[in-house]
Amino acid sequence: MFLALRDLRFARGRFALMGAVVALIAVLGVLLSGLASGLADAGISGLRALPVSHFAFDEKATSEQFSRSTVGQADWQAWGRAPGVEQAEPFGNTLANAQVTVGAEKGEQINLAVFGMAPDSSLAPDPTKGERLKEGSDGVLITREIADTGVEIGDVLTADKSAVQLKVVGLVDETISYGHIGVAYSTLETWRHLHYGLPGELPETASGQATAVALTLKPGADVADVEKATGTHAATKEEAFGASPGYAAESSTMALIKGFLYAISALVIGAFFTVWTVQRKAEIALLKALGASTGYILRDALAQVVAVLVGATAVGTAVGLALGSAMIGKAPFSLSAPAIAISSGLLIGLGAVGAVVAVRRITAVDPLTALGATR
Amino acid sequence: MTVPATGPRTASDIAAGAELQLLEVTLTLGDGDTAVTALDRVSLQVAPGEFVAVVGPSGSGKSSLLAVAGGLQRPTSGTVDIAGTELTTLSDKQRTAARRRHIGFVFQQSNLLSSLTVKEQLLLPLHIDGRLDATARARAAELIEAVGLSHRAGSRPHQLSGGERQRAGLARALMTSPAVLLVDEPTSALDRARSAEAVRLISEQTHERGTATVMVTHDTAIMDAADRVYEMVDGRLS
Repeated sequence: MFLALRDLRFARGRFALMGAVVALIAVLGVLLSGLASGLADAGISGLRALPVSHFAFDEKATSEQFSRSTVGQADWQAWGRAPGVEQAEPFGNTLANAQVTVGAEKGEQINLAVFGMAPDSSLAPDPTKGERLKEGSDGVLITREIADTGVEIGDVLTADKSAVQLKVVGLVDETISYGHIGVAYSTLETWRHLHYGLPGELPETASGQATAVALTLKPGADVADVEKATGTHAATKEEAFGASPGYAAESSTMALIKGFLYAISALVIGAFFTVWTVQRKAEIALLKALGASTGYILRDALAQVVAVLVGATAVGTAVGLALGSAMIGKAPFSLSAPAIAISSGLLIGLGAVGAVVAVRRITAVDPLTALGATR
Repeated sequence: MTVPATGPRTASDIAAGAELQLLEVTLTLGDGDTAVTALDRVSLQVAPGEFVAVVGPSGSGKSSLLAVAGGLQRPTSGTVDIAGTELTTLSDKQRTAARRRHIGFVFQQSNLLSSLTVKEQLLLPLHIDGRLDATARARAAELIEAVGLSHRAGSRPHQLSGGERQRAGLARALMTSPAVLLVDEPTSALDRARSAEAVRLISEQTHERGTATVMVTHDTAIMDAADRVYEMVDGRLS
């Protein structure tokens, strides 16, 4: 770094400009990954929190299965008996609008992502406050997002149109949502009332149905037979994220933006170091004439590249984290260390690739040009 | 090829015969109809402490002579010996190393690196060779003093005059105690008074440090300082 360091200092204006570009891209990278994690959390944190490994959907539903799939009692019973299946539970999922009819926020409209489950199954959550779900009751457990609107334990929510009544019996004090809506846990019975919009007695056909079978499978379990027998298809929990509304579109959009960002930054960095290397051609020829090996000059140049990239990315990431922390709570935004590490690492890595392509020109410089008046 | 890395050379080194020897060196550039004979069977011996000037118009092959003598270019035929090593038999890598250890170049318009101070310009060749230590620093200070740049040791090239740059370039070339000093048109950017001074300094350092020095120039006015003068015309030395 004998020369690289001194060049950095001497041409600090140029390097500062380049560094600023990299730093700004790093800021954008942090904000985008924060937004991506935030959107993912808002979209599927409810699913992520469920202690299952797979979901089995009606095989005829091929996209947004949580809205389109219906499975029957025979299906989850068959899954329960299949080899390699540790657990198979009916799971109901629906989005509902309700109004607070009893409580401090009376008249308030509430959006609910209702998860229906058997109260004695492992799917049923432990409340932070209040009671667990009970079979045969119309109680629901709310999560933090709903509680933030002012709904409290003891309040009664009434679903629009069907007038199905929900009594808030407990609170799971975590931000758990689905499709950008706060999750409310209910019994399967209550879920069916909401899903089909039917208060009172449920017809026979509705009472044995759920959206999907929530499964815990042993690693490597072969479920082809039971899939075939029940006409269902098991997707891993991660695959099932894509079955929730908007999730696939959101995450692919974010991935596209990030991909372009990294590609642009690699090109900008490559272009900068190309110009820089071309400008230094006479000095590189001189170094070679003085007896510097190509390896010596390349190491020097790459150390400079790494110093600029790492320094600028560190500054940009720090600024991004500061901005991001201020955004938490105001936007679907969450900072996750691995996501930010990947984002910064990609910026440095791809930038280095761009720069390496540029500084490879060093190998082609002829020391002979240091002689004579050819400069 | 054991040349002491630093410190002035002893009388026995100087007595050891020619430090630079070119024998029947021919260099042909290009091929076919466009081939140009840049050097035509050139032979030249320079002893330690000897200052040889080669004069000739531009295009006469002076720069090619330096390129071949300095191991920057491989001759088409003939041999080049430097400090007892035959450059022509070395691989590219070995030639680079030989250039680093045994050859000092003073380039036209001095060719300094824009981001380095005078002192750093001098330390660079030793950093390249992985020998940057206290001895090197002391030697840099000594050489800066010898070329009269002590007050400029911390200045960068853009703060120096043409003459000062040339002197810094000379000091840098001497840093590795080269056996051979090759000087390319040292006065091209200098006025008459400064030219004379620059060449006198080269001559002085050659005699004091026992380098085998070859200077090429088209400036016939500065030949007087040399021990021997050759003329180069169309690739031939006479």
